[in-house]
Amino acid sequence: MIIADRKPLKEILEMIQDCDRILLVGCKGCVTVCNVGGAKEVGILASALKIARKKDGRPLEVDERTLERQCDPEYVEQIKGVVNSYDAVVSMACGVGPQFLSAAYPNQRFFPAVNTTSFGGAVQHGMWEERCAGCGQCVIHYFGGMCPIARCSKSLLNGPCGGSAGGKCEISKDVDCIWDLIVRKKMEQGKLEDLMDVKPAKSWDTARDGGPRRSVREELVQ
Amino acid sequence: MRLSYPSNIKLIQVPCTGRVDILHILKAIEDGADGVYIAGCLEGECHFLTGNFKARRRVNYVKKLLEEMGIEPERVEMYNMSAGDGPRFVEIAKEMTEKIRELGPSPLNVKKAA
Repeated sequence: MIIADRKPLKEILEMIQDCDRILLVGCKGCVTVCNVGGAKEVGILASALKIARKKDGRPLEVDERTLERQCDPEYVEQIKGVVNSYDAVVSMACGVGPQFLSAAYPNQRFFPAVNTTSFGGAVQHGMWEERCAGCGQCVIHYFGGMCPIARCSKSLLNGPCGGSAGGKCEISKDVDCIWDLIVRKKMEQGKLEDLMDVKPAKSWDTARDGGPRRSVREELVQ
Repeated sequence: MRLSYPSNIKLIQVPCTGRVDILHILKAIEDGADGVYIAGCLEGECHFLTGNFKARRRVNYVKKLLEEMGIEPERVEMYNMSAGDGPRFVEIAKEMTEKIRELGPSPLNVKKAA
């Protein structure tokens, strides 16, 4: 899923400083699962914004809505009747949400309340880690089911580098060296020779470097 | 025992402090409470095992949020006490009341000069 973190309250308050009435829109997709932008978090942020503004003597009216998804026009359409009655709209979805909203409602202003960080999963309750970099050409099967593109700080395909020490990456003691894990797993499986195959330089055409990407399912396009 | 505790305290009963949500605490502040404290069972003695630990984590979250808003985080506290120890309940009620009195009214209740 897409992982995000809430922006600092101060930053959100600055975005909406000229507003008296806003709509706070959550998303029931990825950001609900990573507990940053679902109905619950919308309620908490709405309350926090109201408290902060009341404290400053400029009360803020906040209406709350949580859409099924903000990355589908059919759900974005659900706020059609009310969206222009607010001074601004704050979205708690990933970076995709406020863009779909902005495209659908050109006369309204949309602010992001979260910073979208990565594609990943929950490694334990309350903690999410990056697992995929969306490079457009999946290669995890060569590396024991672990992605060196997303999980090696240098995205090395023929690692590890000299910065690997005690199973950790030199950037931080909290970051595993994925190449340490890959080599260990291959050793345990008795398949270390798989790694003797030198991987050539990766083509990044399918990644962001090739420009914005588009996926088409011709059987579905109308 | 017939002990009395400060009358400014409004009691809200929940089956376990594990039921206390971040939003419950925030709504109380939003509606003008000068302070909120959660009176949970002693640590390690929760009937549901971890209810009071969950409450403590939520209180800590609200404290951080209050700090972000520029409100004293001390207005929200977590206390642990035994359900069988009435005098301790009164003691904490007085302690919290005193603490909030020192902090003064919630900034939400202070009228701003026009």
